[in-house]
Amino acid sequence: MDMRTPLGRVRGLGSAKEGADHFWRQRLTAIANIPLTLFLVVTLIIYGGADYAVVASHLASPFVAIPMLLMVISAVIHMRLGMQVIIEDYVSSEGLKIISLMLNTFFCASAGLASAFAILKLSFGA
Amino acid sequence: MADAKSPAPRPLSPHLQIYTPMLTMMMSIVHRITGSALYIGTLGLAWWLIAAASGPAYFDFVQAVFGSLLGQLALLFYTWALIHHMLGGLRHLVWDTGRGFELPTVELMARTGLAGSLLLTAAIWLFIYLAMGGA
Repeated sequence: MDMRTPLGRVRGLGSAKEGADHFWRQRLTAIANIPLTLFLVVTLIIYGGADYAVVASHLASPFVAIPMLLMVISAVIHMRLGMQVIIEDYVSSEGLKIISLMLNTFFCASAGLASAFAILKLSFGA
Repeated sequence: MADAKSPAPRPLSPHLQIYTPMLTMMMSIVHRITGSALYIGTLGLAWWLIAAASGPAYFDFVQAVFGSLLGQLALLFYTWALIHHMLGGLRHLVWDTGRGFELPTVELMARTGLAGSLLLTAAIWLFIYLAMGGA
């Protein structure tokens, strides 16, 4: 016999106020990605075919390295959220779904960290 | 009972093959495909950045890979995927505000999104080859 009042039973079980987090972060990074990926595209158009010394010194500049770092971070968060939705839609087996979601996070974290490491290495002296 | 076998195959809700393909539907599917392609393409960007941080010899090798016919085609597709996904995303941001759900508007956004992605990709690569002398 549960002696608690109806209010006591439901207290603390309400909305965690995080229901819109996925939606919100996807939109936040989507909007951030617009200028940041355009910056990447312009950078690659100008420097994509350039010699090593030119590319390395350009990427080492704070005015390039900082937007590139922001782009990498925003992009990998955005793509992790997007791939999460795809996995949840198409992988129906519970075990495989959890493994896929973990691999998704590992992939995005690795790609993001590898890119960020490379940019920082160029900036701080390759 | 979670693993119990169904006695007979149950009817399923209608899936892709039942619908007539329409532009808006294809744009939605392609939005997901381009997103997945960009996901994989991040490896290319990371590889290029790591190469630049590794020194001239390895960087020249990676530049040669991206400069090959296959590499250039991959970059061309990557450019289109990026722009298509961005224009599709802008459409979603408009919808997020509660606007643009009228069918003519939806159809117009689908058409301009597709045409815009192709035109912008063509413009970027024409610029690369004509003004920059190759990527």
